[in-house]
Amino acid sequence: MCGIVGLLVKNQKMRANIGGLMLPMLIGMTERGPDSAGLAIFGAPVDNSERKFSLYCASPEFDWAKLSVDLNNGLKADAKVEVKVNHAVVTTNTSPESVKAWLNEHYPQVHLLSVGQLMDIYKDTGTPAQVASRYDFSKLSGSHLVGHTRMATESAITPSHAHPFTAGEDWCLVHNGSLSNAHSIRRKLEHEGISFETDNDTEAACRFLQWRMREGDDLKTALEHGFEELDGFYTLLMGTKDQLALVRDPFACKPAIVAEHDDYVAIASEFRSLAHLPDIKNAKVFEPAPKEMYVWKL
Amino acid sequence: METVTFDLEKTPLREVNQYLHSDAAELDGKTVTITNPGGAHNIAVGLKADVDVVIDGHAGYYAAGMNQVANVVIEGSAGTGVAENMMSGRVHVKGFASNAAGATAQGGLLVIDGDAGLRCGISMKGVDIVVGGSVGSFSAFMAQAGNLVILGDAGEALGDSLYEARIFVRGNIQSLGADCEVKPMDEEARQILVKLLKESGHADVDPDSFTLLGSARTLYNFHVDNAGAY
Repeated sequence: MCGIVGLLVKNQKMRANIGGLMLPMLIGMTERGPDSAGLAIFGAPVDNSERKFSLYCASPEFDWAKLSVDLNNGLKADAKVEVKVNHAVVTTNTSPESVKAWLNEHYPQVHLLSVGQLMDIYKDTGTPAQVASRYDFSKLSGSHLVGHTRMATESAITPSHAHPFTAGEDWCLVHNGSLSNAHSIRRKLEHEGISFETDNDTEAACRFLQWRMREGDDLKTALEHGFEELDGFYTLLMGTKDQLALVRDPFACKPAIVAEHDDYVAIASEFRSLAHLPDIKNAKVFEPAPKEMYVWKL
Repeated sequence: METVTFDLEKTPLREVNQYLHSDAAELDGKTVTITNPGGAHNIAVGLKADVDVVIDGHAGYYAAGMNQVANVVIEGSAGTGVAENMMSGRVHVKGFASNAAGATAQGGLLVIDGDAGLRCGISMKGVDIVVGGSVGSFSAFMAQAGNLVILGDAGEALGDSLYEARIFVRGNIQSLGADCEVKPMDEEARQILVKLLKESGHADVDPDSFTLLGSARTLYNFHVDNAGAY
């Protein structure tokens, strides 16, 4: 199983409370995904010259203050580090390549979850309620988000195996389903110079789309290639800097339901996660068709 | 007629379902309204009494599954497997229904006013299903008995490996499944269609606008020419 949720808030006033609106959505998907949860939130952009890096370290005793000092000394940078438990968001105008290389060399135990100007990622093991409370999801503000609750079926339960995965700046993906050819996709992509962080099947789908977009595909064309290449069951929900996008496999093996309202667009695996949303009775509720791409823009 | 109301935001679903399994003396002739269903799974499953149930909103998976005798109305949409394995009675979904609506159902009438998802009526064994909108791919897959009436369009592989169920379609069919073919509308089939249209609130729809589909029966017996396909 697994549960997916997505929320794009059109009403400017409601954006300050996107975390509060989302929380019951994520918790509503607990039965579908009780072992891990994750969230990508698109908030206020950093300065044009800067990037945000979402970092994670498994050790709860990890010294983030030291990393901050070492990073600024090592890269002659002026990075700001905001710590939330064992996650941190680093904001700096140092180039992503330099930061990645520096982290790899000096802090290999720290995972780089995402890079971008708007997107922060949090993901961890535990029930959705536990993860949400650990990282204060209810207090998040922003324009849109993508969330996931995981019931692992094909690889280990670790924070790195939790969703969302990223494939480029301000770009993330969550997946409900399972891919039967993830390993062959991986072998193919490794020859193309794409590197993997986990043995998770969703990461294979994510890297496949990353590779297609690197080769010049737009998202729609990349997903059309995905329909040919990805073998298995999937509902994929993607977030970019200004849109959410959804596809379901040709057999619609995995569920999805959408509520379109004047104030918001909400997406979930099941209606249970939409029932609490304000004025849901007046939303247009529908099931997305298989093998079609749905896009909602800000 | 006495009405009993349960609010699913206040009463646990298990309590509501247990009440719906009370003795016939308690339930017969009553209307039970369930408010704030919120997409919960397994609402009003396994009913056996002559009771009217109104689900006032969207239902989750397997709503009114295994229904016998009871009359269940879902005012909103229904999740996967609505009225699956129904034996008798009536289930009416006023919105859309997700995948596998009426799967394996053996009797009764399932009416869906909106669209139905994929695999509608899969392995149906005697139920009558009327869909006011369109159905998704692989509908009536291995359908054995009963009637599936589709007022809109049908997706891919309609009626694949069909046995003796009838399929009536008014709109376009994306493709027919193996062994499913167009049949001449005989008087018996036409009368069944007229009756089902009337019972499902579509008496104004012209029965002559439908195409009848049935089994070509070429898969019923082993044929040596097909050996390579196994």
